[in-house]
Amino acid sequence: MSAHDNITDNGLLRFMTCGSVDDGKSTLIGRLLFDTKTILADTLTAIEKTSKKRGMEAVDLSLLTDGLQAEREQGITIDVAYRYFSTGTRKYIIADAPGHEQYTRNMVTAASTANLAIILIDARKGVLTQTRRHSYLAHLVGIPHIVVAVNKMDLIDHDQAKYDAIVAEYKSFVAKMGLFEGRADIQFIPLSALNGDNVVDRSETMAWYQGPTMLDILERAPGAHSESTEAFRFPVQFVCRPQDSANPDLHDYRGFQGRIESGSVKVGDLLTALPNGRESRVKAVQIGGVDVAEGITEQSVTILLEDEIDISRGDMLVKSGEVPEQKKEVEAMLCWLSETPLSPARTYLIRHTTRTSKAKLTGVAFKVDVNSQEHVDATQLSMNDIAKVSWKLAQPVFADAYTDNRATGAFIVIDESTNNTVGAGMVL
Amino acid sequence: MSTLTKQTLSHLDWLEAEAIHIMREVAGQCERPVLLFSGGKDSICMLRVAEKAFRPGKFPFPLMHIDTGHNYKEVTDFRDKRAAELGERLIVRSVEDSMKRGTVVLKSPDEPRNKHQSVTLLEAIAEFEFDACIGGARRDEEKARAKERVMSFRDEFGQWDPKNQRPELWNLYNARSHRGENIRAFPISNWTEMDVWQYIEREKLELPSIYFAHTRPVVMRGGAIVPVNVASGNGELVNVPKAGEQVVDLQVRFRTVGDITCTAPVESDADNIGKIVLETATTTITERGATRLDDQTSDASMEQRKKEGYF
Repeated sequence: MSAHDNITDNGLLRFMTCGSVDDGKSTLIGRLLFDTKTILADTLTAIEKTSKKRGMEAVDLSLLTDGLQAEREQGITIDVAYRYFSTGTRKYIIADAPGHEQYTRNMVTAASTANLAIILIDARKGVLTQTRRHSYLAHLVGIPHIVVAVNKMDLIDHDQAKYDAIVAEYKSFVAKMGLFEGRADIQFIPLSALNGDNVVDRSETMAWYQGPTMLDILERAPGAHSESTEAFRFPVQFVCRPQDSANPDLHDYRGFQGRIESGSVKVGDLLTALPNGRESRVKAVQIGGVDVAEGITEQSVTILLEDEIDISRGDMLVKSGEVPEQKKEVEAMLCWLSETPLSPARTYLIRHTTRTSKAKLTGVAFKVDVNSQEHVDATQLSMNDIAKVSWKLAQPVFADAYTDNRATGAFIVIDESTNNTVGAGMVL
Repeated sequence: MSTLTKQTLSHLDWLEAEAIHIMREVAGQCERPVLLFSGGKDSICMLRVAEKAFRPGKFPFPLMHIDTGHNYKEVTDFRDKRAAELGERLIVRSVEDSMKRGTVVLKSPDEPRNKHQSVTLLEAIAEFEFDACIGGARRDEEKARAKERVMSFRDEFGQWDPKNQRPELWNLYNARSHRGENIRAFPISNWTEMDVWQYIEREKLELPSIYFAHTRPVVMRGGAIVPVNVASGNGELVNVPKAGEQVVDLQVRFRTVGDITCTAPVESDADNIGKIVLETATTTITERGATRLDDQTSDASMEQRKKEGYF
C-alpha cells in the first residue's frame, strides 16, 4: 500500500459481497484485506492465536470479519458490516452482507449503496438457490456491475471444464429470468480465496484463465455515475440564511444546500424549483461560502439563485427541460424490512430524497418468491418479502423510475409510532 | 452500458461530500442537535466539514465536549481556541461534576474515566434536551463500530441495541426520534485513519501539538508506553509513576487523544503531517491496538460500552 504517494486518484468504489460463510465469502474479504496489506500485525497476531486455539493449521482469514459478541455467541452474522481498504489509487468500501434467506433485508441494504456486486459460487456446488436469490436481489436493487466468482477452485482440481460448465449454467439462468439485461454487465472469474489464487495475485495453477484478477476488476470498475449523462437532481436539505447584522453583504443571502444526486450545475443554468414550478438562473455554486466553477454528481454544494423564490427543505431543484413527474400515486417494488407486517389499514410515512409524505398502501399486485423469482398472489407483506405495490401519497414526490436514477427512484417507509425504517421502495 | 466517462470525485472529495450531506440531514431533521468536539483529530475534521456544510451561516448546532478532567491540557486549550476562532458556542460538561453529584462513582481514584463519559453525556443530553449528537466515530476503528449505522438510534437510557438497528438504505437517513430518545450521527463513518490524516494534510488543519513527535517522560507498563506526570486540563498532575517504575524520556506522538489515563502514545519522529501520513501508511499496529488501554480488556469492550450509552 502506498496511499501517501498516489499519483492518480481513481476515486472510491463501493461494492458488496453476496454469499454465505460456506462459500468462502469471509475468506475472500480477509484475503483482499490481507493481500492489500490493510491488516496490521496486531490484528494478524490476534487471529493467529484464535486460529491455533480452534485447532487450525493455517491462519483463518475469515476470522477478520468476525463481528459482534452477540454474533459470535450465536455463530451467525446478523447485520451488514462495512470494511475498508485502499490500493493507493482507489479507496474501497465493502458492504459485507450475510447470505441467508432470512437476511434478504440485509442484502437489499448492502446493495442499495453498491456499484458492484461479487456473487460467490462454491465450485463444488454450482448455481444454487441462494445464487439465484442473490442475483435477483442485485438485479432488483440495480447494481450495474456483477462479478460472478467461482470460488474453491482448489477443491475441484482447478478444472477448467467444470468452471466453464458453471459459467454456462449461470448465463442460461440469467437469460431465462431476464436478469441484468441492458442494466448490468457480468464478469466471471475462477478463484481460490483460501490460497489467494486470482484474488490479488494471478493464479499459477489456473494458467487457462487469462482474464483479470479480482483486484484488477475492482480497480477498473466504473465508479457510480461515471458512465452516462444524467438529469440534474438537487433535493434541498437546508436553507442557509445567515442574516448576520454585522455583515450587510449577507443580508439577502439565501443559499439552497444539498447534495447533487445526479447531473451537474453551473452558473447561468436555468433551474426549476419543485413543487412550485418557478424558474430562476444560477447566480453561484458554492462550497463553504466559496464559489466553485461547477457542481458535479455526489458533491454537496450551496446554490444561489438570481431571483427570490420560496424554497425549503423537501423541495427539489432541477434543470428546466428535464423536470421529473410529480407523483401522488406511486407504483414500486417494495422490500419489507420490519418484523411487524405491513398493514394496509395504516398510514405510513414515505421519505423520498429530502421529502417526507404520509402514505397509504392501495394495493399489492404480487409478491416475488426470491428463490424462484415466481410471482405469488399476496395481500399481506412480512419481513423480507418483496412485492410490487402501489401507494397513495398526501404530498407529491418528484420521482424518476429507479432504473433511470437510483437516488430519485428510491424511498424508505417509516412507521410513525416507532420511527423505525420498515420498508425500502424502488419506483417503477 | 455506455462507455462515456465523466468527471467524478476523488476519494477525499467524496468522503467530504458525504459527511456534509449527513450533517445537513441532522440539521434538517432534528430540532436540537449538538456536535461533539473534543479537540481530537477526528472532531477537528468534522469542524472543517461543518464549515463547508453551513458557511457563510453559523453552525445550526452548538459544540460540546464531555471533559473527563483528565484530558491533555494542550488538547483542551486547542479546543477552546478553535471554538473561539470559529465563533461557535462551546459547551463543556465535566465528568468531575457528575462525580460531585454522585452520579459517577469511581472504583478507585485512578480508575480511567473514559467509560464514565457516558453518564455525563446522558446528563448533558437531558439538560439541553438534545435530540441528536454528531460524533466523529469511524467504522474502521473497531469491530463493534463496523456495524454501526450512520444515524444510530439510542433509547431513553442511551443504549445501543446492535440486534435491533434501523435499516439504513441509499442515502436516506432516518433521524426521527421520540422525546427523550436520541440519535447519534456519525458523518465520518466511512473514513479511515489514513483518510483523516490525508484530509488534515489537504485542508491544512491545525492540530494540538501532542499529535506531533515530541519528547516526554514515560514508563513502560504492560507493553504500552504510559506518559507520566502529565498536566491535565484541570491543572492536576496525572499518571504519577508507581514506586519502582523507571521513568525515561522518549520521543513519541499520539495517534489518538483522550483521557490521559487510557491513551498511550507511540514512538515516532514524525514532526509534521507529511511524515505522519507516511507513518500511517507503513505502520503495523492498528490505531486502537497500540494506543487505547481501555479497549484491550476484552474483545467486546467497545461493544459493551456502546450498549451502555457510550459514543
